[in-house]
This record gives sequence, structure tokens and C-alpha cells, in this order.
Amino acid sequence: MHALDFDYMLGLVPILLSYLPLTLEMAAAGMACALVLACLLAVIRVTRVPGLNAFALLFISFFRGTPLLVQLFLFYYGLPQVLTFLVAINGITATILGLTLHFSAYMAESIRAAIVGIDRSQTEAALSIGMTRAQLMRRIVLPQATRVATPTLMNYFIDMIKSTSLAFTLGVTELMGATQKEAAGSFLYFEAFLVVAVIYWIVVEALSWIQKWLEKRLNRAYQR
Amino acid sequence: MIELKGIRKQFGDHVVFDEIDLSLDRGEIIVIVGPSGTGKSTLLRCINFLETPDAGHLTVGDLSFDTTRATQDQILALRRRTAFVFQNYALFANKTALQNVAEGMIVVDRVPKAKAYARAREILERIGLADKADAYPASLSGGQQQRVGIGRAMAANADVILFDEPTSSLDPQWVEEVLGLMKQLAAEHQTMIVVTHEMQFAREVADRVVFMDQGRIIEQAPPAELFSQPKDERTQQFLRKILAANVG
Repeated sequence: MHALDFDYMLGLVPILLSYLPLTLEMAAAGMACALVLACLLAVIRVTRVPGLNAFALLFISFFRGTPLLVQLFLFYYGLPQVLTFLVAINGITATILGLTLHFSAYMAESIRAAIVGIDRSQTEAALSIGMTRAQLMRRIVLPQATRVATPTLMNYFIDMIKSTSLAFTLGVTELMGATQKEAAGSFLYFEAFLVVAVIYWIVVEALSWIQKWLEKRLNRAYQR
Repeated sequence: MIELKGIRKQFGDHVVFDEIDLSLDRGEIIVIVGPSGTGKSTLLRCINFLETPDAGHLTVGDLSFDTTRATQDQILALRRRTAFVFQNYALFANKTALQNVAEGMIVVDRVPKAKAYARAREILERIGLADKADAYPASLSGGQQQRVGIGRAMAANADVILFDEPTSSLDPQWVEEVLGLMKQLAAEHQTMIVVTHEMQFAREVADRVVFMDQGRIIEQAPPAELFSQPKDERTQQFLRKILAANVG
């Protein structure tokens, strides 16, 4: 057993932090795409669009039912063998794609539950003044469902940030990949992984604060 | 101006009503009364296509169609010509009082925003809630919420406003302010059909009272006539019961 090498750890911080933007970018891109896809899936599930509903069910079942790591390997190593035009897919794109599909399946179910939870009489009120179903969704239901679903969606976002670390298995040098390389060079595995753990931790804590602030803001309209 | 002909509605095997005929002129105020569960609300909802009638013909202004063959365009056109006031207010929880009133004008009638909000402010002024323009429904009393609900219906500039038991969910102290607003509308000759148990309101405001029982229109007459000399046995029974309850 050796004493912790603090100088090494301090020196490592700026190096690793330079990879943080890539981690956050992948998570942000994944989250943005996943939100759009999840909303689509949720609306399909709620309105039971024939045909599409069955597809949505299958999609959600598959992406919830298999590990993210397996999905990433499938997209990055597997699919290009079958669909040759995908040979050019890089690790970052494959990660964003994997995160999008995987998390959209979970998020779709949260959004669906939030939509179903909106008081039905508001739907009738919107229809009674002549709104179309699309207008009703966009202007009345989705804004309220967003508020209900936000805490859960933020949790998924936090989970997604941590899941970007799997990108290193696709050869992407992001936060985790960089740590791995540094540790392999110095043999100070404990120090290196401790530093990266703390970095992830601080990022997630910061997000939790934003989450609280966001929830407060969204709830403003509903306070007596 | 508004005509229902042979309207039928059934839920599964249960026929709520059949062969309902009802017509009213511009500016006329009809109050529908009757025991609970006789299809009064369902009839009202059919006029707005919140329920799809299973048979019959519907005419509102220059719009006239067979309800079993209604196209999406006809339904939207019908809803633009009819406005609905709900028992539980049904305000949009994510919108302020002002936005609730303006929403239909902006989204459905495509009125420019500035103009829609100006008109919504006028309406809030008329319903006595100008100071609550930026309040969300959750912070309003039941009476205030229902007045916004009526304001939203007024903003639709509809040929007829349909009121579905507008005071039934209210705490007693808010009933008068809502009925007062409805009387104000009546004085301005707003065409309306009101389902309610407020007999005093019917007596004062209605041009015609329609008595419904078990899915049928039993009789209809001006309130003075219907309340003092009801012809049908069922009407007499109903009035005796409800008037006794109101006194007690």
C-alpha cells in the first residue's frame, strides 16, 4: 500500500477536464435527440396510431430489454458489417445514437404516463373551442406533461451523462477513455479513477441543483 | 337558427336518448331541467360533438349536416360556432386567466396576438376579473375560475354558448357571481342553452324551459307556464321534489 499521490492527482485534473466538454456534448446531443424521439413514441402510444403503436411497443421493449453496452457494440461493431454504408460511423456518433435509442425508450414511458395524467377535461375544453388534436397536444397537454415528467427526465439525463463513459469501449477518448490512458501510463490506477469519479460526481451534483431550480420554476403556475 | 333533429346517442346497448328534436332562435335562452342521468349533459355535449351522436341532423347557423356522416372540417366548424362551459371549469392549468380567454382566438381563429390579448382584456373587464389577468387557475377561487371559463366561451364569439351545470361544482358562496354573469350575458341576448338545477335562474332568465326525463323531452314552455301549470305528471313530480329540496 502506498500513500495517495496528491501532486499527480492535481496535475491530472486539468488534463481530464479538457475531455469533459466531449462527454457533455455527447450527453446533450443524446438527450436532445432522445427527447424528440421519446415525445414521438409517447404520442404514438397515447393516440394508439394503428401500426405505429405496435412498432413503438416493439421498439421500447427491445431498447429497454437489452443492455446499453450490447446496443453500442451492435451499432458500432455489428451493424456496419451488415449495412456497409455504416462503415464510416465513428465512435462518437455511435454513442450518441445508442444513448438516443436506449434512453428514448425509457423516457417515452415517463412522458406517456405524464400525458395520460393530464386532466381529461382540459382536453375536452380545448376540443370544444375548435382546436385540432395537434394543437391540443402542442399547446395544452405537452407543456403540462413536461412539468410532470421533468424530474424523471432529469434523472435519465444524469444517468445518460454517466453512461457516456461506455463510449471508451468504442475507442472514443472522452473523460473515461482519457482517464484509462493516463492511468495506463502512470500505473496510478486508484488516483486516476478517484479523480474521474469526483469529476463525474461534481457534474451530477451541479445538475441536481439545476434540476431543483427548474422544477421550482415549472411549478410556479400551479401554486395556490 | 339552431336545430336538432332526430338526435340519438347510445353507450353500448344503453340508449341515452333517441329522436330528440329541439330548436332555438338567435338570442333565445333555453334552460334544460330534469332528474340526474336523463341525458341532459350528453345532449349538450352532442351539440358540440364532445359526444358523437349516433343518428340525427344538426344545424347551427349556415352549417347543417347529418351527424353520422360528419367530416372533420364540419366538426371543427361546428365547434367554432358553439362554445362550452364545463361543470368543473376545465381551465388550461398551464395558462393564465388572460391566456385562457385568448387561447382560442389565437390558435383557432388566428387573430394576431396583440389583438387577441386586447380583446381578452376587454372580456376580463366585463367578467370583473381584470385584476386577475396574470393569475393561474390554481390561484383562483371556484367562482373566479368559472367566470374565466365563461370568458373563454365568450371569446369564441360563438352562435350559442352551452352551459353544462356551470354552478354544480361551486361552493355555495360562489354560485351567485357566476349566475350573475350569466344573467348579464342573457341581458345582452347571448343565445344560450343551460343545463342546471338552479330553478330560480330558469324562472328569471329562460325564454323557454325544457323538461327532460329518461332520455325524452317531456314538455317545453316559457318558465311562468311550465312552473305554474306543468302538464305532464312527471314534470309535476320533478318540480315538487326539487322545489321542496330548494326550500328545505
